[in-house]
Amino acid sequence: MNAMLIPATGLWTDVGAITDIPRRGARRVPTPGGDIAVFRSGDNEVFALRDRCPHKGGPLSQGIVHGRSVTCPLHGLAIDLASGEALGADRGQGCAPVIPLRIEEGRILIRTDG
Amino acid sequence: MPKERLVVVGNGMAGCRVIEEVLKRDPERYEITVLGAEPRVNYDRIMLSPVLAGEKAFEDIVINDAAWYRDNAITLHAGRAVLRVDREARTIEAEGGLTLAYDRLILATGSDPVRLPLPGADLAGVVTFRDLDDVETMVAAADAGGRAVVIGGGLLGLEAAYGLVRRGMAATVVHLMDVLMERQLDEASGWLLREALSQRGVETVLGAQSEAIVGTDGRVSGLKLKDGRTIPCDLLVMAVGIRPSISLAAQAGLICGRGVVVDDGLRTSDPAVFAIGECAEHRGVAYGLVAPIWEMCRTLADVLTGDEDAVYEGSLLQTRLKVSGVDVFSAGKFSGGEGCEDVVFRDAGRGVYKRVVIENGKVAGAVLFGDAADGAWYFDLMKRGEDVTALRDTLIFGQAITEALRGVDPKSAVAAMPDSQEVCGCNGVCKGVITTAITDLGLKTIEAVRAFTKASASCGSCTPLVEQILTLQLGDAFEVQTGPKSVCGCTSHGHGVLRKRILEEELKSMPAVMQALEWSTPDGCPTCRPALNYYLLAAWPGEYRDDKQSRFINERAHANIQKDGTYSVVPRMWGGVTSSLELRAIADVVDKFAIPTVKVTGGQRIDLLGVAKDDLPAVWADLNAAGMVSGHAYGKALRTVKTCVGSDWCRFGTQDSTGLGVRLEKFMWGSWTPAKVKLGVSGCPRNCAEATCKDIGVICVDSGYEIHIGGAAGLHIRGTELLTKVAGEDEAVWAICAITQLYREEGWYLERIYKWMDRVGLDTIRAQIEDADLRKALYDRFAYSQRFSRIDPWAERVAGRDGDEFNPLSRRLEFVGA
Repeated sequence: MNAMLIPATGLWTDVGAITDIPRRGARRVPTPGGDIAVFRSGDNEVFALRDRCPHKGGPLSQGIVHGRSVTCPLHGLAIDLASGEALGADRGQGCAPVIPLRIEEGRILIRTDG
Repeated sequence: MPKERLVVVGNGMAGCRVIEEVLKRDPERYEITVLGAEPRVNYDRIMLSPVLAGEKAFEDIVINDAAWYRDNAITLHAGRAVLRVDREARTIEAEGGLTLAYDRLILATGSDPVRLPLPGADLAGVVTFRDLDDVETMVAAADAGGRAVVIGGGLLGLEAAYGLVRRGMAATVVHLMDVLMERQLDEASGWLLREALSQRGVETVLGAQSEAIVGTDGRVSGLKLKDGRTIPCDLLVMAVGIRPSISLAAQAGLICGRGVVVDDGLRTSDPAVFAIGECAEHRGVAYGLVAPIWEMCRTLADVLTGDEDAVYEGSLLQTRLKVSGVDVFSAGKFSGGEGCEDVVFRDAGRGVYKRVVIENGKVAGAVLFGDAADGAWYFDLMKRGEDVTALRDTLIFGQAITEALRGVDPKSAVAAMPDSQEVCGCNGVCKGVITTAITDLGLKTIEAVRAFTKASASCGSCTPLVEQILTLQLGDAFEVQTGPKSVCGCTSHGHGVLRKRILEEELKSMPAVMQALEWSTPDGCPTCRPALNYYLLAAWPGEYRDDKQSRFINERAHANIQKDGTYSVVPRMWGGVTSSLELRAIADVVDKFAIPTVKVTGGQRIDLLGVAKDDLPAVWADLNAAGMVSGHAYGKALRTVKTCVGSDWCRFGTQDSTGLGVRLEKFMWGSWTPAKVKLGVSGCPRNCAEATCKDIGVICVDSGYEIHIGGAAGLHIRGTELLTKVAGEDEAVWAICAITQLYREEGWYLERIYKWMDRVGLDTIRAQIEDADLRKALYDRFAYSQRFSRIDPWAERVAGRDGDEFNPLSRRLEFVGA
């Protein structure tokens, strides 16, 4: 699991169970600051990123999840799910902010700052 | 001086092993007493599975027989559970009024199987799988035949099911997760395991939640699942995990978490009391495997024989499944993770899958299926934390090959190979045969070598070796890679080979294809997965279950994504014909959902742009209510059939072009194709429907119907070529469906009809369409496939299918600032 082991002092919010997300899929979590994309890999790892591709703002939650990356549905940038960075030829094109996440008993908890 | 009294509670694997270790170090030090709840000598619990399977007898798994206890002056109280520990008096009290004093006490009480609190769990015939009594119960049940259900697709559950099948029962494993042994296996190996078990008669039901155990006359008769199914059974085995057995320790006031908490010297919160094995919790971990127990026993024996500073630092875990003929090994980080690199090897012929995970130049984990011989080696590399960067290229082939090639330049190794050494194991081709063929026949390419010698012509895994032989023989004259391009980086095979082998080998799922064609990644990439999904759908209509995670977003959401993340919706208008009812419904939907843009498309449809994803099902529901279905404007599928008004209205019209267009679209809609397919039907050669730049176009003439193919008006502009001419409307429909089916069967994913035509040749296509038998067979296959395709995906989703696609994961973050 890509759980960041941060003490439960911040505003951690339970957004659902791992199994609520299809394997190699993603779901959105709307927040006042914009959508968060929560991904589940084929290996059952869970990641959360701002749902905006650093290229042209494409909704990453709608892309194809493969290995530990997602391909943006708009122009095909591959984004590393752990770092939010663009991969391959697009390296250095920017970064989708990573949302702190941890897993407890199969539940996904995310924290948004502020 | 009297000896110190060492009392061991638990006559299991941990309890006896620690005594053995103590005796090894200092046989004279202690007066030893063992108490066991089971009425028998010490046996190897992990070998209960082979006993259940009838592959071993109880005598075979006894570790220490009665003589061992006697020879070592150990007092055994078998069949006496310990009831109480009095830590102040340093005594224990056991069943039968037995009280014993100790100087040092070891708790090795092991664990208890978890019993699910399901209704009906107390029925006769519901058992767990933990000790010999359980095995005897199961064997007795199996003797009566019938069916068994095992809840739990972990190691123990699978071994139980396999054992019961060996004993003549039919067994089904019901597992909560979607992968068997998901804590040890990744998806690819989990799939292989499922197949292997199925071949051995063990059926598996994945993603299944148990609801209740049902029974008749106090005996189990079936397991009811949450999805409503009931699986009948005469025996139900719960194998859903273990819980450290801590009641004795807790009652004695020792600190307990999940297990009895111990320090690195295996001491509990009372320094005279120790705990080891499955009942202990060390650094927050309670182990359920045997290797850590052995390590704990060694440390504890050191502590008990004078080395008070001995330290147990926790264990790395490895797992092997004990099912005959199914080699499974797993250790460490088997599914990768941050900063990890996967090395994957598959051998379809032998059913082998290996995945070694490398992190910072070291082996971090491995999962092996079908050939686990190198498991111990990988585990050793992992434990030693050895830098494997230098071994990277050969690591996956195992210890023997890696050590043979260590420090050897691959080229000189190939040069040094004797002529008699086998290069291609599949076809039995030796190096000498290949070098002779290269020299004598003047072969210059890998394909030529394949064609003449069969080397690397089957599984292809020796291709690099054959290439090296070519390089050695020819130097620069070796012509690299002339065959078709591979589908993607996950495979060396091209689309043609993929399609052929899916059919020939009856590969019916994505993991099956990836294994058979030896994919170099665990689960593919965004290039190969959509292609595979299409090929499987086209090859096995009605059988293959579409994998939506392998589709691009438009086909997953059944709408077209726009630059701002909203979607566009295009309802089908058969042949481009609409009505006031449809137009009114569209207008109402536009108003109701405040859809910003309404646009007429080039294919004679109406496009509603700017719909929020969450609104899609509701928009579709309203369109469905007016009789409209998905227009598939988003798919590699039949898009539109564009028509002109034809003989109904037009003074030049020769045939009913509108009617033919509507008929074609009503029959062909919903079919998935390698790339988009657009049709046009023009009622006369003036061609108002622009049929000659469509993928398939019909030009109606007085004497019948000209059928054209291979047009395009996009990235490339292409006029169609005339394929054939038919006299009647029925024949036109048959021919068009046959062409579409041929394309569906032969086209490469994302290859439009014009490109397919350029590749295979117009004449080849014509020959098949003009042959009445071939045409009919193609038409029939198309019609069969359409039985499963002419289903409105919008209506299905309005009814709730794929709800997770359209609903956000959570709406609960409203109060969290961001």
